[in-house]
Formats: sequence, structure tokens, C-alpha cells
Amino acid sequence: MLFDYLLRLADNGLVLAQRLGEWVGRAPVLEEDIASTNVGLDLLGQARLWLAYACEIDTGDAPPVRTEDRLAYYRDAGEFRNLLLVEQPNGNYADTIARQYLFDQWHVLLLAALTASCDARIAAIAAKAVKEARYHVERSADWVIRLGDGSAESHARMQDAMDALWMYTGEMFAVDATERALVDAGIAADAQALQSPWIEAVRAVLSEATLAMPRDDWMQGVHARGGKQGRHTEHLSRLLAEMQILPRSYPDAIW
Amino acid sequence: MQGDTRTMSPPHAGNDDAMASVWRALGSIVDPEIPVVSIVELGIVRNVARAGHEWIITLTPTYSGCPATRVIEADVRAAVARIVEGPLRIVTALSPPWSTDWVAPEARRKLADAGIAPPGSGNRPASETRPLLFRRAAVKCPNCGSLRTEELSRFGSTACKSQYRCLDCREPFDYFKPH
Repeated sequence: MLFDYLLRLADNGLVLAQRLGEWVGRAPVLEEDIASTNVGLDLLGQARLWLAYACEIDTGDAPPVRTEDRLAYYRDAGEFRNLLLVEQPNGNYADTIARQYLFDQWHVLLLAALTASCDARIAAIAAKAVKEARYHVERSADWVIRLGDGSAESHARMQDAMDALWMYTGEMFAVDATERALVDAGIAADAQALQSPWIEAVRAVLSEATLAMPRDDWMQGVHARGGKQGRHTEHLSRLLAEMQILPRSYPDAIW
Repeated sequence: MQGDTRTMSPPHAGNDDAMASVWRALGSIVDPEIPVVSIVELGIVRNVARAGHEWIITLTPTYSGCPATRVIEADVRAAVARIVEGPLRIVTALSPPWSTDWVAPEARRKLADAGIAPPGSGNRPASETRPLLFRRAAVKCPNCGSLRTEELSRFGSTACKSQYRCLDCREPFDYFKPH
């Protein structure tokens, strides 16, 4: 159960880092090329910390040789536990920024809550990562405002991006049986409790950006299944195909 | 490894010659990406200890994804192996998380001399729900000392820096982000 929760934490960073890496050499301006990939680098570093911990968890079943790389490169899409939001394609830069802000704003709240975990390892990783996430959310919020309160074109694109991605934000706050048990044990953060501060923060930023709050629509909830249960959109397997091809084609390759 | 909350031992603590020379060796290792300051001055070396014949050196990463981390570990192994006998174990401590508050005053001067504005404390993000939108404290230009500077980008040439420009002397410069 803890293993599964650690994968949820790790896979968000791993998958989003891979998406951000797709901008290398292609971002609209050089500064953003560097910023996107630096954020990705932080997220990848955090993912490694979670994966390293996951490798040490005894799940009871005949343990395969477990390493960070095995977990990153040899799991198929159905075994990934990331949120659907982070696997969505980069789209135009407003899509990328909307995805980033909606995630960052949740991530920073989640990590802050996890610093109080009674699992000392989780608390330590969260305390390290939350400092980075606070910086990330400042940048992505800045860009939501710049684009939202920018030209008519950038405003329209930013609004479209928020509206399109909103439906994927529901599962960030859904607590299934796995999480509930860990929350009760004081290990996991109660994702449900993050919803109202998240809404409040998002509302403030969107208002500053002259953007409308998207309408709530169908979302993955407690009873529906989404990324956290391994039910992904079609985009994840294509992302993994690119991310995993080298170690799968040349298993002994060393960088 | 986790939970090592000891603060950094002062260099040359005690009268143990070997211990002092290990600290000296570590103090000669410069950060691979900012080669004007040492890993001791940056607060990356948290502790040096001995257990029997084994040397235990505790390092803390600056940023989770900092690509210099592995290079630093290799540098530490090489430098310590030249000084003392016995096995060396490198322990990574995440807690307490690295902070620019640990950057030594001397290192701040060296950074400024190298054209990198040293980390301030004024615009460190602190809140989870109220990001510091566009409101950042003034950063002093390391070239001319002007406080009339502006941020060009939140990220710079390494994970620990952002890019600024001086509005007076017009020079762009790196700012070591407060963290």
C-alpha cells in the first residue's frame, strides 16, 4: 500500500519531467526553455527520491530486483500511478503553463502537508521538495497572469487551456481506499483537505489573470478510476514509448 | 538515509589531525558548476565522522535534481582517499533541507566577485497559497552595486540561479536564488 502511494508521488514528477523535457530546444523563448527544463529537473530529482524509497518497501510478493531504473523504464502504462493531468500533451505554451500551474498549486499544498507525515522518510523528502515546489508555483502563476492578462490571443488560449484541463483536476482530491488507510495511519496527506485551499489559490490567480474559473464538469472522483489506479489516457503510453525505448531496446546500455 | 539533524561541524573541530586534514581536503573541492566556492562554504558538507576505521561523510543535495551531486560525491571520494586510509562512506542527508542560509559569508563575497549576486533573504517564497506574484525584493547588481535591477528569468544557467539585468550598467548577471 505504501509502495503504491510512493509510486503515485514519484510518477507525477517522472511523467511531468518527461513532458517538460519535450520542450528542450523548442520552447517559445530561450529563458522558458531553460525554466521548463529546470523545473523538470527538480521534479525528476524528487521522483528519484520517492522511487528510491519505494525500492526499499517490502511488498510481500516475490520481489523482483527493484531499482529506480527498473521502476522507471520497465513498467507499462497500466502500472503507472500518476495523475491524468500531468500526462496531457504539451499543446501550445498556454496549455503547458495551465497544466503546470494547476499541478504546482496542488503539489505545493500536498508536499507541505506531507512534511507532517509520521513516516520520517516521507516527511524529509517532502520538506526538501516543498521548497522547490514553492518556487515552481510562483513561476507558473506568473505566466498564467502574463498570458491571461496579455493580448486577446494569449488570453483566449489561456482560458481554453484552463477549461480543457479542468476536468483532470478532480482526481487530485479524490481519496480512495489505499490513500484513506494511509491517511488514517498518519502517513499520507489527506488530499480531500487540499481542495478548498487549492480552489482559493487558483481563484485568486485566475482573477488576477482576468480569467474565468472553469465550470466543474465530469471528473474522476472517489468512485471513478483514474491515473492513481492505473487507468490512463491514451497519451501516457506514447510518452512512455519514447521515455523507455532505449533501456528496453538495449537493456545493458550505460550512459 | 534520513534524519541527520546535526549541524555542520566547524572545520578543524577538535585536535584530531586526520579529521582536520579531511576537512581541509573537503574545503579545497569547488562546486563543479560554480567553481569559485567550495562545497564546505556552500553548506553541502554537513558532517565528517569516524566509526572505527571507516570515514563517514554526510552531504546534502542543494536541489533534488542537481546534476552536480554525483560529481561532488566522486570529488569527495577522490580527495579523501588521497588524505586518509580506510573505507569511506558517503551519506546523503535530506533533512534538514539545504538552505542558502548555510552559505558562508566568505562564499557570498566570492560569488559577488565572480559576478554572481549572492543569495539574499528578501524574496524567498514562503506561502503555499499566496505566491509572491511579480513582487520580488531588489537584488544588488554585482558589477556596479545598483539596486535598480530586474529579473529576466526565474531560472538561469544552473538550478540554483536565476537571471537578472542591471538597469543602470545594463549588464546581465546571475542571481543565486535564496532557497
